[in-house]
Amino acid sequence: MVQLERAGIRRGSDWLVRGVDLTVSPGEIVTLIGPNGSGKSTTAKMALGILKPSEGRASRRPGLKVGYVPQKLAIDWTLPLNVRRFLRLTNPLSDAQCREALEQTGAGRLMNSEMRTLSGGELQRVMLARAIGRKPDLLVLDEPVQGVDYAGEIAIYELISEIRGSLGCGILMISHDLHIVMAAADQVICLNGHVCCRGTPSDVSRDDSYHALFGARAGASLAVYEHHHDHVHLPDGQVRHADGTVCSHGPGDHHGHGGDDHVADETAVDGAGKDRDVGNAG
Amino acid sequence: MLDDFFTRALVAGVGVAVVAGPLGCFVIWRRMAYFGDTLSHAALLGVSLSLLLEINTTLAVAGVSVLLAVVLLFLRRSDTLSSDALLGLLSHSALALGLVCLAFMTWVRVDLLGLLFGDILAVTRLDIAMVYGGGGLVLCVLALIWRRLFAATVSADLAAGEGQQPDRTDLVFMVLTAAVIAISLKIIGALLITALLIIPAAAARRFSASPEQMAVIAALAGALSAIGGLYASLHYDTPSGPSIVVAAMVLFAVSLVPGGLIVRRMGALIRGDRS
Repeated sequence: MVQLERAGIRRGSDWLVRGVDLTVSPGEIVTLIGPNGSGKSTTAKMALGILKPSEGRASRRPGLKVGYVPQKLAIDWTLPLNVRRFLRLTNPLSDAQCREALEQTGAGRLMNSEMRTLSGGELQRVMLARAIGRKPDLLVLDEPVQGVDYAGEIAIYELISEIRGSLGCGILMISHDLHIVMAAADQVICLNGHVCCRGTPSDVSRDDSYHALFGARAGASLAVYEHHHDHVHLPDGQVRHADGTVCSHGPGDHHGHGGDDHVADETAVDGAGKDRDVGNAG
Repeated sequence: MLDDFFTRALVAGVGVAVVAGPLGCFVIWRRMAYFGDTLSHAALLGVSLSLLLEINTTLAVAGVSVLLAVVLLFLRRSDTLSSDALLGLLSHSALALGLVCLAFMTWVRVDLLGLLFGDILAVTRLDIAMVYGGGGLVLCVLALIWRRLFAATVSADLAAGEGQQPDRTDLVFMVLTAAVIAISLKIIGALLITALLIIPAAAARRFSASPEQMAVIAALAGALSAIGGLYASLHYDTPSGPSIVVAAMVLFAVSLVPGGLIVRRMGALIRGDRS
């Protein structure tokens, strides 16, 4: 439905992100992870057509219906806007449809609340409800659980995989959290100015600390995606490879991000949750 | 009926205010007050050009404002300067350029005070036709783009991501703002046009539960300010623009009085109890 080919965005002389290949097919969940400023949101905006790639290509299926949850929403206090009206922002929804979407995200009681009185977690639920209320072909979620408490976080991740099942939509999701990625994700892309590595998430983690943190039930929907990088990002934006060579990001660059490299690196540690190219962990 | 200069001013003033109210809501929602200021200061440059080229003032002003709006849109995209600095630069350059041009044209006698602060004596039948024709058109276009403009106002990214074209809607909105500035120049003056956009909308905020409601209340508040201001202008022999703005400001102040405060406190209490 959406495809990026060697796409990159430049601001002035700096590349925000470069050389991204990405495809989202119907029913597929693709997760972008990476640290702050690694180009996750920029990549999502390229996929959505909000930003035009400075190089490479971005294409979308014509007539694609998108549901988008942006990272930030800045509503001026002078704007009177309640949740019901917000849900109808880009699509006509009946009251019943609004309520249904809100109840799915656990925000049913917020129907008549003012948008600016919502807490961070409530706002996320309402934005998600708006996006799924559209019954989209493609759902793009930019950090959908920011400000949501742990219990709610798990519920929302579960809801997202549920929506994939019920709507059959493709999902492009961003998480700034390097450790927690849905087990249901079909593809994980790790960004840091370029594609660091990609693959299916590892088997559900057997790591005790995660079970302790999220509970046994949560263990089923959360997995740990650990991986070793075969290169280091230097403060000046250059990349130092494992063999000691240094380069800047360029289209011809080849970092060797294959899973093979990672397996080769796998000498120490517990062995659980390593970056193996096994099938879908769900 | 329109033979009386004061009646003409009233009719034109109310017309301008009714158009400015809804548009002004978008100006404050989008935090574009300074943008409005820039366009209205550029109106003076439009007046100079109209005198120089001997063309219709309203059309020249609208033309210059639209041109400036488009220039701003493109400059903002290339982000060479901060939006704020850019607006300040263009705003005052246009104003100064307009004033200098007027001073050079020694062969025309211009009522500068009237241009800057409005002049109810100057309102002609043609002006009224402009206000109602142009204003009606502005409101029609605004109604047409309302949903898309509102979505782009809440979040341009969201609107763009979901298949709308907020850039195009923005451009239409800027043209509409420029048009309103052009038709309100005679009534309210170049320096104070933005006030007519912003203050009635701000006064309407406290009484509105939805954006549509706010637009209607802003139009009514604007009309009320125009009537009150023009009567005061006649009575105290003050320039019409500042008088209308003062009337609008009084309305805004009234919207802040404790009555409104108590209603809001109670609302907050009820909401607090529920959660």
